[in-house]
Amino acid sequence: MSWIDSPANIVGGLLAGVVFGFLLQKGQVTKYRVIVGQFLFTDNTVLKIMLSAIVVGSVGVYGMLGLGLIEHLHIKAATLAANALGGLIFGVGMSSLGYCPGTGVGAIAEGSRHAAWGGLGMLFGAAAYTFAYPAISGILEVADYGKVSLADVTGVSPWVWVAFFAVVSGAVFALIHKIEAKKAPA
Amino acid sequence: MAESTNVLTHKRWSPYAVGAGIGVLSWITFLTMDKALGTSSSFVHAVGLATWFGAPGVVSGEGANAYLAKEISAKTPMFDWQVFLVIGVAIGAFVSSRLSGDAVKECVPGLWSWRFGPNKAVRYVGAFVAGLVMMFGARLAGGCTSGHGISGGLQLAVSSWVFFLCTFAAGVVTAFALFGIKGRAHVLD
Repeated sequence: MSWIDSPANIVGGLLAGVVFGFLLQKGQVTKYRVIVGQFLFTDNTVLKIMLSAIVVGSVGVYGMLGLGLIEHLHIKAATLAANALGGLIFGVGMSSLGYCPGTGVGAIAEGSRHAAWGGLGMLFGAAAYTFAYPAISGILEVADYGKVSLADVTGVSPWVWVAFFAVVSGAVFALIHKIEAKKAPA
Repeated sequence: MAESTNVLTHKRWSPYAVGAGIGVLSWITFLTMDKALGTSSSFVHAVGLATWFGAPGVVSGEGANAYLAKEISAKTPMFDWQVFLVIGVAIGAFVSSRLSGDAVKECVPGLWSWRFGPNKAVRYVGAFVAGLVMMFGARLAGGCTSGHGISGGLQLAVSSWVFFLCTFAAGVVTAFALFGIKGRAHVLD
């Protein structure tokens, strides 16, 4: 087992984290009311941030891949039973806590006391999974399709999917603005 | 008084600008470090570190726990890129909140208090259990909002879009189960 990453990865990780944390705080997603407000559809900040990040990110990452500037992607395995069940459990926890792991760390730094208890719970959750893993890892073999993208499984160019998500995101933003305009007439 | 022209001191940036910024940050981590943003693996590293102090043989070697061996000894250093990223997130959020005067010592959020009362212990226990459940789900799914939701979403990963849709659906159902339609009027309490 090695203990510590390369100096470049330490500095790079730290810098990327500082920018990420700064952006999450400026986006106000380090707030309980913004996260829970999204699930109650009174505040659509989370969807606006996530869909913008996905659209902008996908254009750049697939662009760099096409130009040969990067060699490969980092797609996580489609172990669909675990992805779906884990996602459902995650959603129950995130909605009850009012933070996700990254924004929870940001909220603790901001001063939120209850987020710190959530953070402690997260450590116990990671420990619970770690020690349950030998008994439950069989679920990772159910509906395991490997590290596949939507382009791989549909047999079309990734750019079709990039365009699809850009159009869907644009439509979601337009719908959100229509609803927000109705709620608060100028 | 006119708002300061220094955007670093503003409390809130446009969510579209923030999202685009995170997208561009992803380009940079892919291009310069061959990495995708993620958060929740670092909590496994924290578990690994704590375990190592008590029982190093459980972290690596013959009789190691299969998950710790897979996630740490066979994959990345104990203090890897992402652990430093998470430390950076705390620093970045701290600096941003202090620059804008937006640091809040929140103990019990208004909405929670409206529904479950202002008792701090009740909220702290609720937050602890919620955090535990959430992280268990993240590890089962193989990532969280950043690793799956943003990084996986932008790579068009099948796993990540399944996770995203399941998380969102469960989050909406849970929020309405906890607070109901009436809760919508108390989000900003």
